[in-house]
Amino acid sequence: MNFPATRVIFQREMARFNRTIIESLISPVISTSLYFVVFGAAIGSRIEAVDGVTYGAFIVPGLIMLTVITQSVSNASFAIHFPKFIGSIYELLSAPVSYREIVIGYVGAAAVKSILIGLVILLTAYLFVDLPIAHPIAMFALLAVTSFSFSLFGFIIGIWAKDFQQLQLIPLLVLTPLIFLGGSFYSIDMLPGIWRTIAMFNPVVYLMSVFRWSFFATADVPIAASLLAIAVFTGLCLAVVWWIFRTGWRIRQ
Amino acid sequence: MPSIVSIRNLTKTYKSGFGALQSVNLEIEEGEILALLGPNGAGKTTLISAICGIVQPTSGSVSVGGHDVVRDFRAARDLIGLVPQEITLEPFEKVFNAVSFSRGLFGKAPDPAYVERVLRQLSLWDKRDSKIVALSGGMKRRVLIAKALAHAPRVLFLDEPSAGVDVELRKDMWSVVADLKAQGVTIILTTHYIEEAEAIADRVGVINKGEILLVEDKAALMRRMGQKQLQVDLAEPLLVVPEALANYALELGPEGRSVIFTYDTKSERTGIVTLLTDLRSAGLQMTDLSTRQSSLEDIFVGLLKEEL
Repeated sequence: MNFPATRVIFQREMARFNRTIIESLISPVISTSLYFVVFGAAIGSRIEAVDGVTYGAFIVPGLIMLTVITQSVSNASFAIHFPKFIGSIYELLSAPVSYREIVIGYVGAAAVKSILIGLVILLTAYLFVDLPIAHPIAMFALLAVTSFSFSLFGFIIGIWAKDFQQLQLIPLLVLTPLIFLGGSFYSIDMLPGIWRTIAMFNPVVYLMSVFRWSFFATADVPIAASLLAIAVFTGLCLAVVWWIFRTGWRIRQ
Repeated sequence: MPSIVSIRNLTKTYKSGFGALQSVNLEIEEGEILALLGPNGAGKTTLISAICGIVQPTSGSVSVGGHDVVRDFRAARDLIGLVPQEITLEPFEKVFNAVSFSRGLFGKAPDPAYVERVLRQLSLWDKRDSKIVALSGGMKRRVLIAKALAHAPRVLFLDEPSAGVDVELRKDMWSVVADLKAQGVTIILTTHYIEEAEAIADRVGVINKGEILLVEDKAALMRRMGQKQLQVDLAEPLLVVPEALANYALELGPEGRSVIFTYDTKSERTGIVTLLTDLRSAGLQMTDLSTRQSSLEDIFVGLLKEEL
């Protein structure tokens, strides 16, 4: 294990984060506040409590997940796509590093950023609503696991993408619909019959459900099913990354 | 001398079907400067990329310092520094950080004093806090070299180091190369500038269409392949070469004021002495003699022509 390599990759990615700290932290705070004003205060005041939780509080886990997932994917995909695009990836390929050191460095940094952003949104939420956290340790663990697995997913997209247009494609066409339809702002139980069945095929539903459970102690789907879904998704991403580096797909000619 | 880089039957066929390398065999000796000479698209960069791990070989093997570059990639790459042909740098990183990053990537503990030495050697110390995007093209190329040297490699690959570089930087680079050689670093450079190979290489390899045509000691190559020309200046201009001298295949110089005799230095008899005797017998008065050695460029062009 080449620890210095992981350390410098991680530090460089965090330095990039620091350079863009305003964009990285302020924009999620602003957009979260807007969601609270619109959904929490304006519309939320006319929506009855969901499972005994005020609507303003109910959307907090969904908002955190929405931002954490999109930020993880965009940060991690950009982080690896940029060197590929400008060619500086030659250094990673010719250095005595294996995919483990590269992935831990890049994905680790992207995940840490996402966790920080998630926590900032959580703090912002406290300005607007009273928020119980039933299982704080589970909440943090889920935040960390989500950040990690979607950073991994973003890393794959960054390698897969042939240009910056493709880099935007998956988040826009796949991720955003999955997140919005995944119960970020409503409980799956609110859906009419057939849609509820369809929603069960959306992996984000499982994630959202267990994350909301960590706040309000109620879940749409069994906790075990959620944990299994997260494990399968993370495992798949890990397998794909391992395969990419084994075969050199889209990184080594 | 033992070889530090061993290339055996290395073949690379790109997905497009283009055969960039065709069963290349090459032994690179420790401590030497080897110049790989070839036209654009000859396979120089592919060869370097395959050794450094950027391109996956289709077949064949490469070992560096006795370590296979695929199976034992960590040990092999520890020894290697690579200066790529294109300027591929993170634009917003500072020079010092960029070089420190490279050092870390190669598993070395941070060593600001060492990085400072490398930067000073390349006249980059004043620019250590500049962002790379703010540097001139020549400075960026120096940064690439500094990054390659950040982990004190034993084998340094320079891919087209002089492409688009001004004279000053080229001279600086040659002196850095000379320093590294003095420290025992093996240097492999690709170039299509023959003067560069001529100026700094110990051995020259000629590569074309993915095949190594020859690898030879530079001086021996020039001796073996080299032809010399003897120019004899005449007191009275000639209109045609006299019949008696037809055997020598002489050429007339400008305005017939000289004759030029091409001879092979490797042949037993160069024919110079008899030529001079015969010139006198023909009644020609000589005013001066000069000889010229053909350059690597002539040799190179000759080799490529032979191939066609």
